[in-house]
Amino acid sequence: MTTLFFIEHANGKINNQSLKAITSTKDFGGEVHGLVAGANIDEVVQEAAKIEGLSKLIHVDDEDFNNILAEKITFVIFDISSNYDFFAAAATTTGKNVMPRLAAKLDVSQISEIIGIESPDIFIRTMYAGNAIATVQSYDKKKVLTVRPTAFKAAEIKTDACTIEKLIPKNIPEISEYLNEELTKSDRPELTSAKIIISGGRGMQNGENFELLDKVAAKLGAAVGASRAAVDAGFVPNDYQVGQTGKVVAPELYIAVGISGAIQHLAGMKDSKVIVAINKDEEAPIFDVADYGLVADLFQVLPELEQAL
Amino acid sequence: MKILVPIKRVIDPYVSIRVKSDQTGVETDNVKMSMNPFCEIAVEEAIRLKESGKATEIIAISIGNQACQETIRTALAMGADKGIHVLTDEILEPLAIAKILAKIVEQESPGLVILGKQAIDGDNNQTGQMLAALTEMPQGTFASKIEIEGEKIKVTREIDGGLQALNLNMPAVITTDLRLNEPRYASLPNIMKAKKKPIDQKTPVDFGIDISPRIKILKVIEPPKRQAGVKVESVTELVDKLKNEAGVI
Repeated sequence: MTTLFFIEHANGKINNQSLKAITSTKDFGGEVHGLVAGANIDEVVQEAAKIEGLSKLIHVDDEDFNNILAEKITFVIFDISSNYDFFAAAATTTGKNVMPRLAAKLDVSQISEIIGIESPDIFIRTMYAGNAIATVQSYDKKKVLTVRPTAFKAAEIKTDACTIEKLIPKNIPEISEYLNEELTKSDRPELTSAKIIISGGRGMQNGENFELLDKVAAKLGAAVGASRAAVDAGFVPNDYQVGQTGKVVAPELYIAVGISGAIQHLAGMKDSKVIVAINKDEEAPIFDVADYGLVADLFQVLPELEQAL
Repeated sequence: MKILVPIKRVIDPYVSIRVKSDQTGVETDNVKMSMNPFCEIAVEEAIRLKESGKATEIIAISIGNQACQETIRTALAMGADKGIHVLTDEILEPLAIAKILAKIVEQESPGLVILGKQAIDGDNNQTGQMLAALTEMPQGTFASKIEIEGEKIKVTREIDGGLQALNLNMPAVITTDLRLNEPRYASLPNIMKAKKKPIDQKTPVDFGIDISPRIKILKVIEPPKRQAGVKVESVTELVDKLKNEAGVI
């Protein structure tokens, strides 16, 4: 049994979601090889070679791979696929984009966003936005998996490095082309990787009032999210949305402000470690899942909270 | 240009789901069903391309039991031109669905296939990518904007940290994210008109492919329920609890 794990990186750093997801590979049995792609990424390659558990790192050394396109990276992985039994990546937008394409090329079913491993062919995953948990068995000889990073602890970076093997890809398909990226400029962490999230709902009344959340978030080093109601009302853009149709998050601390707690929102945040609800309606369903509830007017609470932190 | 829009019938997103007591799955009998929300966005986008003169025909495809006809009718009422219903009572995996769709792509030669990025029942997020692999088409997943420029399509994608733009050769596979558009409601006259639009009925056997399951669901359970915690009286008490009791700040 040998596993190939696809490691993501950006700005000279290994993606923390990859570091978490790679921990799952321990339970597949056998060796684990990492694959990292891009040219002029020495720092990343050196660091990746020291990830706990890896016995080999494959470096796809080509500048065409500094931005990952599914058409190209799956072509490269498919080429070396006969060496592997397991193929895994974090369930990031990149992992979700790439792995099903690889699975279909290998003619196997993918198991998406696993949160646990019972045995090398039995996995646990969520369905219905976390409202059902399924245990599934794969009959496929080769297994392709994406791993939900929030379910695993980040692997450590050791002091000694494993073998690094360079791979120079040839004849890659040219059917897609990377143009550019517009990354949200914010001092805040990104929603799906934040340790603390503070989200606003319809109770925020308008977009300007989200500044009150921003100020608290700045103190906590938190990301700012929103309920679908707040997005639908036009207070904030859709990439803020936490919920069944938005982002699924599981931070250490989730603070829901002026959010009633519709099923569709709860689906996106109920796996958070600690939930705080601030709402003036004490009947709001959000209080049923909150570890700490504060029945109060958010417009008084938020400035106070900012002061208290 | 022809556009194919595969759509899925799922439990309505506003219904609270119930896990069956025998742990075999989720109760779907006597539960309100709807078109998967991401599929609605796919239908809407195809209609907009037709309205702007970029597309000439929209074919809505659904694979599943007899009731999927209703879902196809909804797409027809929104503005799709015809439907293909692949009738099966089996719950097919994304790979099998993608294989059937690849055969339909071969027969219909569309310029674009637009699908929802994931269905809110299985949460697999695979079918579009798999279809792209099987047909060797490029893929623009999680699209929040698409612009056709000649033989190419520029796709703006929702990625973890923001947006990414790609240029894809056509034909291509696009999967939709929420911000791509706001789907329309079908008007009553259009619902009436949709009843006369054709739906081709097929079965998986017609495509001569292997759709046998690769995954067995051993059990489905409810997630552990969260217990409601305590109410605090003030911000000071809240901050104290978060620091000293929960240790999260």
